[in-house]
Amino acid sequence: MAVHTAVRQTSAAAPSDTTRTQPLLSRLGGLWFVLPFVIVYALFMVWPVLTGLWSSFFNTSLAGGDSEFLGLDNYLEMVRDDAVWTSLWHTILFTLLSTPPLVLLGLVMALLAHRARRLGWFLRFAYFAPFVLPVTVVTLIWIWLYQPGFGLINDALTRIGLSEVAWLTDERVAMIAIVLTTTWWTVGFNFLLYLAALQAIPRELYEAASVDGSSSFQQLWHITLPMLRRTTGLIIVLQLIASLKVFDQVYLMTGGGPNFSTRPIIQYIYETGFTSYRIGFASAISYMLFALIVVVSIAQFKLFPAREESAS
Amino acid sequence: MTRLRAALGRTTFGGATLSLIGLLLALLWLVPLAWAVDTALKPEAETTVMPVSWIPSEFTLEAFRIILGQGDIIRWLFNSLLVASLVTILTLALTSLAAYGFSRTTFPGRRWLFAAVLAGIMVPPQVLIVPLFDEMRALGLVDTYWGMILPQLVAPAMVFILKKFFDGIPRDYEEAAELDGASRLRIFWSVVLPMSRPILAAVGIFTFISAWNNFLWPFIVITDPEMMTIPVGLYSVQGSFGVRYAQTMAAALIAGLPLVILYAILQRHVIRGVGQAGLKG
Repeated sequence: MAVHTAVRQTSAAAPSDTTRTQPLLSRLGGLWFVLPFVIVYALFMVWPVLTGLWSSFFNTSLAGGDSEFLGLDNYLEMVRDDAVWTSLWHTILFTLLSTPPLVLLGLVMALLAHRARRLGWFLRFAYFAPFVLPVTVVTLIWIWLYQPGFGLINDALTRIGLSEVAWLTDERVAMIAIVLTTTWWTVGFNFLLYLAALQAIPRELYEAASVDGSSSFQQLWHITLPMLRRTTGLIIVLQLIASLKVFDQVYLMTGGGPNFSTRPIIQYIYETGFTSYRIGFASAISYMLFALIVVVSIAQFKLFPAREESAS
Repeated sequence: MTRLRAALGRTTFGGATLSLIGLLLALLWLVPLAWAVDTALKPEAETTVMPVSWIPSEFTLEAFRIILGQGDIIRWLFNSLLVASLVTILTLALTSLAAYGFSRTTFPGRRWLFAAVLAGIMVPPQVLIVPLFDEMRALGLVDTYWGMILPQLVAPAMVFILKKFFDGIPRDYEEAAELDGASRLRIFWSVVLPMSRPILAAVGIFTFISAWNNFLWPFIVITDPEMMTIPVGLYSVQGSFGVRYAQTMAAALIAGLPLVILYAILQRHVIRGVGQAGLKG
């Protein structure tokens, strides 16, 4: 199967040899297929990446006016700016707190839904439904759930004899509250990735194992989890990258508060650029975050080099 | 084989416990939505009664009537639908053409260009908001649909997914069509695309949900209430609801339920689509 070997060498797929002898104009024919995308890509990704980098060396203002070359001053200011480091820490804290529950719960949900027969449809509906909600809908509902007094969660807490928690206004718990909401909202995505991976495990493996008399727990431990290893690696990296980009739900639920205790780095970039109008400085911070995310992405390629799912 | 499968799924004590855990977790996951529905159906005065009760003196659609009467929310739903649909259709068109070009054609610089597109997978759009806004302002696209749509069309991961899929299609079909004198574009349209429906559906569903839920970019590029999408529009009036929780929840549900219902109907496709696109992206 020549085709399949070509597939493996992804970017170097064999050119069809019929085209080699054709004149230049038709040799360029393929370019027309990629050109529309490449133009959009160049305009709305490559260009802002370059202008962002460029303006990080200037004191450009969103309000206009002349900008002067600053060299590395924006980057030096960034290193000395406490708000950069505290908001970066909030982003990292959010990432560390949200990744374990989002990955583990996604796995548990997928295992439960995968083995379910009659309940299957209902479980798949309930676990994933929150993911299709726009973020503002999610935060409106959760701000309501977190209300003091007549909020459903605090009401439940007082009913079982615990004291109320000031979910969104107590500096010590606001981040936890955001992580809880985020878990409810987005775990469905990891659930679906795990479910797709579970469905790709050949049934014969289980059939052989149960003929050998192994229990379902042994099957989980010796077949299912090892077969999910690569998927887990992928999900963790996707989750890390997604969590490092947190902004929406924090901004909508606490506005970064109380007392800036939950403000993530993207909110600081947003405020620097659009409230203080400092495009140059905001770009410098963007590039630092960009570098962080690229490092995580590259770690993915290093840790999980072949991206083939399941052993088929 | 079927007997074995039946045996695997037979009800045991452990199996029943797992089913129960699955069910309880599912019910717990639906509580926030159920509570939102319950609140929206209460008379406004009864939403803040303590202790909390699920059953009000009467169920009423008053809150929905008031919210729909204000009109804005319908406009925002329309904007969201328009933007998400255009983003989905255009993304599918651009990425499938590009993926086919990279998979099946040759031209000078093809590998170099493909590598450049792949590098884009690592660029998170969130770090580009400031220069991108500056660019949109220079192009006069602030407060326009295109201002919202164009940056969302950059989906290098989708080019990668589709190219991998096209690479796996045997060339025999296309060669047969080529012998019949069909052009490249014709082969792409009537041979390759029909064979790729599942993966196109996957990319399409994935793209639609992301565009429907996108908050940050529309929030930055749109200030005119007429142009807002649902997530941004709701945010803009969040404060004005004050303590009218029935109305707040009614607005949230009008904004959120269409896609939840669509998901319930198209569950099989959504699950396969998001799973595939997500795992391969």
